[in-house]
Amino acid sequence: MKNFVRALLGASALCAAMSPALAETLTIATVNNGDMIRMQKLTDDFKAKNPDIDLEWVTLEENVLRQKVTTDIATKGGQFDVMTIGTYEVPIWGKQGWLVSLNDLPASYDVDDLLPAIRGGLTVDGNLYAAPFYGESSMVMYRKDLMEKAGLEMPDAPTWDFIKEAAAKMTDKDAEIYGICLRGKAGWGENMAFLTAAANSFGAKWFDMDWKPQFDGEAWKNTLSFYVDMMNASGPPGASNNGFNENLALFQQGKCGMWIDATVAASFVTNPADSKVADQVGFALAPDNGLGKRGNWLWAWSLGIPAGSQKVDSAKKFVAWATSKDYLALVAEKEGWANVPPGTRTSLYENPEYAKIPFAKMTIDSINAADPTKPTVDEVPYTGVQFVAIPEFQGLGTAVGQQFSAALAGTTSVDEALANAQNLATREMTKAGYIK
Amino acid sequence: MARAVSTRHKTIVTILAWSIGFLIFFPILWTVLTSFKTEAEAVASPPSFLNFSWTLENYTEVQSRSNYARHFYNSVVISVGSTLLGLLIAIPAAWSMAFVPTRRTKDILMWMLSTKMLPPVGVLIPIYLIFRDTGLLDSVPGLVVVLTLINLPIIVWMLYTYFKEIPGEILEAARMDGATLWSEIIHVLTPMAVPGIASTLLLNIILAWNEAFWTLNLTAANAAPLTAFIASYSSPEGLFYAKLSAASTMAIAPILIMGWFSQKQLVRGLTFGAVK
Repeated sequence: MKNFVRALLGASALCAAMSPALAETLTIATVNNGDMIRMQKLTDDFKAKNPDIDLEWVTLEENVLRQKVTTDIATKGGQFDVMTIGTYEVPIWGKQGWLVSLNDLPASYDVDDLLPAIRGGLTVDGNLYAAPFYGESSMVMYRKDLMEKAGLEMPDAPTWDFIKEAAAKMTDKDAEIYGICLRGKAGWGENMAFLTAAANSFGAKWFDMDWKPQFDGEAWKNTLSFYVDMMNASGPPGASNNGFNENLALFQQGKCGMWIDATVAASFVTNPADSKVADQVGFALAPDNGLGKRGNWLWAWSLGIPAGSQKVDSAKKFVAWATSKDYLALVAEKEGWANVPPGTRTSLYENPEYAKIPFAKMTIDSINAADPTKPTVDEVPYTGVQFVAIPEFQGLGTAVGQQFSAALAGTTSVDEALANAQNLATREMTKAGYIK
Repeated sequence: MARAVSTRHKTIVTILAWSIGFLIFFPILWTVLTSFKTEAEAVASPPSFLNFSWTLENYTEVQSRSNYARHFYNSVVISVGSTLLGLLIAIPAAWSMAFVPTRRTKDILMWMLSTKMLPPVGVLIPIYLIFRDTGLLDSVPGLVVVLTLINLPIIVWMLYTYFKEIPGEILEAARMDGATLWSEIIHVLTPMAVPGIASTLLLNIILAWNEAFWTLNLTAANAAPLTAFIASYSSPEGLFYAKLSAASTMAIAPILIMGWFSQKQLVRGLTFGAVK
């Protein structure tokens, strides 16, 4: 009996001694972009601070990731402990109760330091449901040399009329230089991100307060006509197939005079290793029409914890580490200030070292110019600047995007595209029960 | 004169065949070439065909970022496992349909094929829930089962077509000599249908290797095959085409090599019974 008790005690002691070695593994779903890949390389710092937590990464292309994590969270599959999600998903999933609230992050996290516009987009009914890893808006990137050659000077806050005029003057089709490059590829996150944000500055909106689609109004007609006319006159050929990557390649090759797109592109176009025009790039706020709203969007890739996760405490530790001030300092130390994930914290933009980055000021000004809770000139029943935060928007936005892409390609007229968009949206919203 | 026309005809056909072959192979060749370029050269306009500074940096980056060996292992187990399991079920099924047909055999064959016409996303949620409740999510056995079921109609159809070419009298003779059902299938039918079975096996391995919908949606970290490995290098916001090309080259290389060495077998099997 004595021996048995000894053996039992010995086994217990062994188990106790071994328990710290049995690390808990967090499975993290993330997208393939520069900032996320950099984080994966810097996780030694997290491991050193949390030796009892292992990290397993599942990196996927944005659309594949969205489909996969949506299926998992909706069915409570429990495959992931931390998910990289955008400002489109957070309000919808938060309302459904699919995400763990992050209101209890430690005081050292300094939640009040998060940029108000970004924090607002990730908060539902006073609960923060995801922590922003990096935030972005959109802005004008332009060639200073071509602007000078055209005899114009880009204002910090241009109007759409100025952009149209400058695009025409910068265009030299014989030399394959096009005054303006904009998204034309169909998709709710492609051409519709740009066009919805631009439409806000033209006074257009997707729905009125009764959720009735508004594509038959004058504001949408002005938006789409302006876009199609300007692109036909000064855009690159085949623009209806161009998304972010295609326009980035054109700009880096010196073929675009101006490009209005995500602020994250600034670090690519100013990198001499990839861009032929790195030393000639200037930045300006997205254009407006004097109606009180600019044509820029707001997006944040954020880290959320699915309600089905069994490892919430460890997941919170990871989320707090990856979105902390200390992480920004770690990236600055290892990779330089230009590679710090932008657009999440006020303190970053108060840092004099970061202020030296050429696109830092324009990025923060662009983010501050967008308000996801009041995205349009008129009052609307939805949130989201370049999207409508309802589950039906992914399908509807892409269907409308196909109509507008066809108008740009010239296979349909602007009037026809708008009429089709109105019919599509009315049918979908009636079917979904928004229109009684 | 006739000989001259024939030679000219032959030359034209040969050039045409080589041109079409090159056209089909060109995307793969371009992917391989891009994998040796820098990211800037990968999107350069006009593009350079061979005149660029060759680099292995993309392969080094891919190797350091991902666990290629694990993805490769999963791909091999899933594609070979699902094919063997599929053959195990399909050989007896095709035998009964080819040699002991009933009034409903044709209908059953059509019904089996019709399941391939269903968009996979239509059954994603039910299958996901079944996998969740049975603990098969992100597991290799789970994927083996699902890929077996998905490719089973094709295996049965292919084997049925090959078996139909074999004279039933030979099987009858075996039966007269006292062969049991199993020895008839294993010792008489299978050896005669080896070319057909081999091409079915090879084709199914290729289909399972390339399957991306289920392998992406039902896996996370543990059972992810090479399709997930490629997907991790695609990005709509950032020009990473050279790295994506390196990852794609690493993912398709094993199946290309296998296809190259077994092409004789594949062609023999696919044309089996085509000319009587």
